[in-house]
Amino acid sequence: MTSTVAIDKAAPTRTVKYGSMSRDRTWALRWSYFFLTLFAIFSLVPPIYMLITSLKSSAEISAATNPWWVFHPTLSNYIELLTRNQFLRFFLNSAMVSIFVVTITMLISVPAAFALSRMRFWGSATLATGVFLTYLIPDTLLFLPLFKMFAVFGDWTGIQLINRWYVLLIVYPTLTVPFCTWIMIGYFASIPKELDEAAIIDGASWFQTLTRIFIPVALPGLIAATIFAFTVSWAQFLYPLVFTTSTDQLVLPVGIITTLIKGDVFNWGQIMTGALLGAAPPLIIYAFLMDYYIAGLTAGATKG
Amino acid sequence: MVDVTFQPNSVIEARLPRKRASLRTALKRKSTAAFLMTLPLILLITVLVLYPAFYSLHLATLNKSMQRFVGFGNFEFLFKRETFWLVVKQSCIFALSAVFFKALIGFVVAHFVHNIPAKGQRKWRGMLLVPWVIPPAMSTLAWLWLFDPSYSAFNYTLAYFGIGPIPWTGDAYWARFSVILVNIWFGAPFFMIMYLASLKSVPEQLYEAAAIDGANWWQRIWYVTLPMMRNIIAITTLFSLIVTFANFDITRILTAGGPLDHTHIFATWAFRVGIEGGDIPLGASVSLFMFPILAIAAIFILRDINKRGNEA
Repeated sequence: MTSTVAIDKAAPTRTVKYGSMSRDRTWALRWSYFFLTLFAIFSLVPPIYMLITSLKSSAEISAATNPWWVFHPTLSNYIELLTRNQFLRFFLNSAMVSIFVVTITMLISVPAAFALSRMRFWGSATLATGVFLTYLIPDTLLFLPLFKMFAVFGDWTGIQLINRWYVLLIVYPTLTVPFCTWIMIGYFASIPKELDEAAIIDGASWFQTLTRIFIPVALPGLIAATIFAFTVSWAQFLYPLVFTTSTDQLVLPVGIITTLIKGDVFNWGQIMTGALLGAAPPLIIYAFLMDYYIAGLTAGATKG
Repeated sequence: MVDVTFQPNSVIEARLPRKRASLRTALKRKSTAAFLMTLPLILLITVLVLYPAFYSLHLATLNKSMQRFVGFGNFEFLFKRETFWLVVKQSCIFALSAVFFKALIGFVVAHFVHNIPAKGQRKWRGMLLVPWVIPPAMSTLAWLWLFDPSYSAFNYTLAYFGIGPIPWTGDAYWARFSVILVNIWFGAPFFMIMYLASLKSVPEQLYEAAAIDGANWWQRIWYVTLPMMRNIIAITTLFSLIVTFANFDITRILTAGGPLDHTHIFATWAFRVGIEGGDIPLGASVSLFMFPILAIAAIFILRDINKRGNEA
């Protein structure tokens, strides 16, 4: 008896409560959208301001008009930069370095990840942890000893590495390989054992197992690792600043900062155009492959 | 085939040990193959990461021309310099406050994104991650231009509200604030993405159970969300602490350590002393001060990895 009474009492209050809950919910939603808009503005102001400034002439930049609006849009900054050989050289250097580094990284880290995740051997577990720890050693700790090492190497062998763009092909893999190996180990470990056992029974060699089974199955991981390697080598600033100085050897970030800023004279229209063009390749990749990009970003921590 | 026709008996005898031998070579081949596959990785890590790390220990004990061993001379010299203590102080302020605000903003924004209907989340997440995607050297240039003293877009906007011109990078305190602000802008999206991924993995039933027990939103966060996210929060914070301590791009481009060395952190000062000043040993000694924080973080992360390895 008591229970039926309780239900009778509860019925009207329940509807009221539903109403208040959904009202709470709509308000929570409104507040969420409000704050998200604020944060999105905070995030997007610098890139948008790059775009605004890049469309202005230098006369308009130094005029005391509203900086947030373009009154006389012009493409002169883009034309000037894209027809200048020096800037194209930076772009080409950056592209070459990034593409080579991605290739080297994949050639080193995919076989290594395969061996570490599937072919257990003495010390493989320690090595896997060691790989992750090397990822934590920052570039700012290594640039001075590396600089000295390359100088000594040049003295000994006569092969000049300092101030050549290809020195970056040697140092960038130290940033990309450990992390890429680490995410590939995670992806390879998630492939069921039965798959490669079946391949081995069918007479496939280890190499065939890797190329025919593991690489196709772990393709999303491979794409995520490739994107990571590309963005890291495209954005790296410290190593090229230390190891290259001649203008024909520079990559884009360093090139923009060292050649477009002359003493105290800042040609902001061109600097912003250059910065926007330099930011474009990672942004375009991100726009098309956002899910892979985020998968690579979160894989490092959730899998380890 | 020739063997079979002429000496059928010896073939069978010969085949057995040969089979055993081929098995052995196969076993040997597996470990050899595994070794060969990891060899480039091992070489890369030893020659270009481990060797330079120890080499910098050696470099730190040499004099400026790198011909004479001076022991701890470089460190003694550093401890006597006022700039060094400024750098230590600024590095700690910079890293700790930036990481704290990155984590806080990341946490809050992740909740807002998680709150809205699932079909709109992708769009917002896409926009909010843009700062992390742009190369920091490029975006810092945009900030430098926004902070520009005479044509600054920020000061123009603030003047509209009657707030006087702010010396964003000219005054020591404002310069510190600006450097940290840019670092927060760059790093908060990373936290947001990590927290969002881990928020999605918290089972909905836990929140329902908490709601039935009459928990308010604060109790839900404190007793359900935070304990479930503890691992991710810890590892992301450690990660970010290492990266922020070792940060170079933002400070270098925004202030280059100025005004009067007040915004130098270990990395930028090591660059100033080692490359621009030509004193590689002293620069190496400065950069070695990043090592303790690295070691502490490494111990924690290792413990976490081992714990998870045992669970699995």
